[in-house]
Amino acid sequence: MKLRSMIWKELWQRPTPMLTSLLAVTLGVTAMVAIQNITVFSERKIAGDMESLGANVLVLPPEVTLQDYYSADMHGHTMPEEYVSRLALARMPGVENLAPKLCIESDVDSIPVTVTGVLPQSEFQAKSAWQGLGLISPVGTDRGCCATKANVSAGEDNPNSLATNRTIQDLGDRDLILGHDLAAQLGAKVGDKLPVLGESFSVLTVLPSTGTIDDSRMFAHLHSVQDLSGAGPVVNVIEIMACCEDAAGDLISNLSSELPETRVITIAQVVETQVAVNGLMSRLSWVFLSILLLVGGASIASVMYANVTERRNEIGTLMALGASRRFVTRMFLGKAVLLGLAGGLGGFFVGTIVAAVLGPQLLGIYVEPLPQLLVVGMVAATIVAVTASYLPARRAAGLDPCLVFNDA
Amino acid sequence: MYQLQSVTQTYERRGNVVTALDTCDLEIPDGDFVAIVGPSGSGKTTLLSVLGGMMAPTSGDVLLDGESLYDLSIDQRTRLRGEKIGFVFQSFNLVTWMSACENVQIPLMLSGKLASDQRARALELLDRVGLSDRADHLPSELSQGQQQRVALARTLANDPQVILADEPTGNLDADTRQQVMSYLAEFHNDGRTIVMVTHDADTAAFAKRTIRLVSGVTDEVAMADAA
Ligand SMILES: Nc1ncnc2c1ncn2[C@@H]1O[C@H](COP(=O)(O)OP(=O)(O)OP(=O)(O)O)[C@@H](O)[C@H]1O
Ligand SMILES: [Mg+2]
Repeated sequence: MKLRSMIWKELWQRPTPMLTSLLAVTLGVTAMVAIQNITVFSERKIAGDMESLGANVLVLPPEVTLQDYYSADMHGHTMPEEYVSRLALARMPGVENLAPKLCIESDVDSIPVTVTGVLPQSEFQAKSAWQGLGLISPVGTDRGCCATKANVSAGEDNPNSLATNRTIQDLGDRDLILGHDLAAQLGAKVGDKLPVLGESFSVLTVLPSTGTIDDSRMFAHLHSVQDLSGAGPVVNVIEIMACCEDAAGDLISNLSSELPETRVITIAQVVETQVAVNGLMSRLSWVFLSILLLVGGASIASVMYANVTERRNEIGTLMALGASRRFVTRMFLGKAVLLGLAGGLGGFFVGTIVAAVLGPQLLGIYVEPLPQLLVVGMVAATIVAVTASYLPARRAAGLDPCLVFNDA
Repeated sequence: MYQLQSVTQTYERRGNVVTALDTCDLEIPDGDFVAIVGPSGSGKTTLLSVLGGMMAPTSGDVLLDGESLYDLSIDQRTRLRGEKIGFVFQSFNLVTWMSACENVQIPLMLSGKLASDQRARALELLDRVGLSDRADHLPSELSQGQQQRVALARTLANDPQVILADEPTGNLDADTRQQVMSYLAEFHNDGRTIVMVTHDADTAAFAKRTIRLVSGVTDEVAMADAA
């Protein structure tokens, strides 16, 4: 028998009060882990989106309130496609690429789908006035402008480029590009024919998974979508891939004056709002944790005191048999450590499960367990349990061994 | 070898001073078997606590093998108690949630014996008190007499040279009393010093020597040779 096995055995004699006293601590860790988990992955998602999104400026119809920049084209409001030409002709410094989009809700084999019309680069190049649009930013590039994907892969004729840089070189009238998840849902592969908007489209490619809303979309030629849906020459959004230095500076005011009847928003603004919300949530989670740990500490302390009182005779006997005060202290603090570790571990598991369930439902993000939160949770819970048990343990160690006779 | 030199123990509660031991002088040589008798409240338990190093007397010295017990630190005294002194209690004081064997292992664990050696030694001791078949029973599954025998085995765990017993047969019926006393007598025959508090004349008869604490204040220590 060792101290450790002794503590373990005693713990299971009457586990209910001890485990109940752990509840608040476990809840505190649960809240912290769940919220942290969601904020961390939400931040990662934003960062990832920022990176995968070549566009960093959005031109939107004025009525749009922006909820989620990634689905900024899903609002149903439109503006004339003519704006695209106006922007292209304006040849504003800093504009590297334009990606107009139109989204239409439809269904394929009675599965609801979002058909997104995109304009391939070849359309720009076909119009002589637009030619060289992809090359109008050598100034920016020479100045050490951020290497947007649009820049890097300009001219690369790979349909998958849509997934990463939001543009595509060529796209036929009846070609279709499927998001990763949608392709799986429809059971479609490259070369298949799908009935979309009353016409037969053939699948040009299936995009690799991006973890974004694009995974559940299909893309077709803008003009096909406009014609077949009867929407006319309109778009929902124009995504602009701007040189970031310029995006921060004059570009926004230039864009606004060029297209006064639109709303121009930088991704940075959207992201800042989201990041601020995340920051608030994150701080809130620490407040939750602190409050619940305080409550938990108090309940652990009271249960520990009760435990010391009911074990007076046992403690006195151990002391008569040669147990030092140190041993008795360790007996109770060891128990506290076990409780703390259990509370932290339990909180981590519950919190992670909560985040895994709520994350996709509430915020559309997918979370994974974060081991660093396990460490933080276990350390915090253990510190609280040990601190709360310190005075009870001292009381136990300070018991007078003579009580073994008096109680006889 | 115990030496008590004018040991006085007083308790002060709510302004009343109770003198439980009054300038006791006592010598208990090695291998002695002493019965302490006397009416309730005469200070018998107090004397045992003082002998056991658990309660510093108000004044006077207690020497065990020439070493002044209460000049040691609390922790040194605790260690010495674990090594040299065994206890037997009236209500056995077994740890209720530990098996008989684990109860016997407690002193072994406290003195730092290897976990692997503890059980073998405990089983050997349980065998000595005739309980090897009850090693894994909880105290609640044992009779009173069996529980006291487990406690006796536990007392022997670290092979103490002194055994202090406070009314070891107080909770037992006549038959089990005889049994427990014969074990104690056996331990005495092994060469151990036994100091035993008892109310019962038959029990006291097992001792070599009877010390009488006179009711209330102990101003007189009567020594009488017993059969
Ligand atoms: N912790 C204490 N605080 C105050 N007074 C005490 C304490 N312990 C014992 N006393 C008093 O000291 C005196 C001696 O007590 P002690 O327990 O030594 O007697 P005892 O001979 O063992 O009695 P009994 O035969 O009933 O066990 C009694 O008057 C008792 O009231
Ligand atoms: Mg007594």
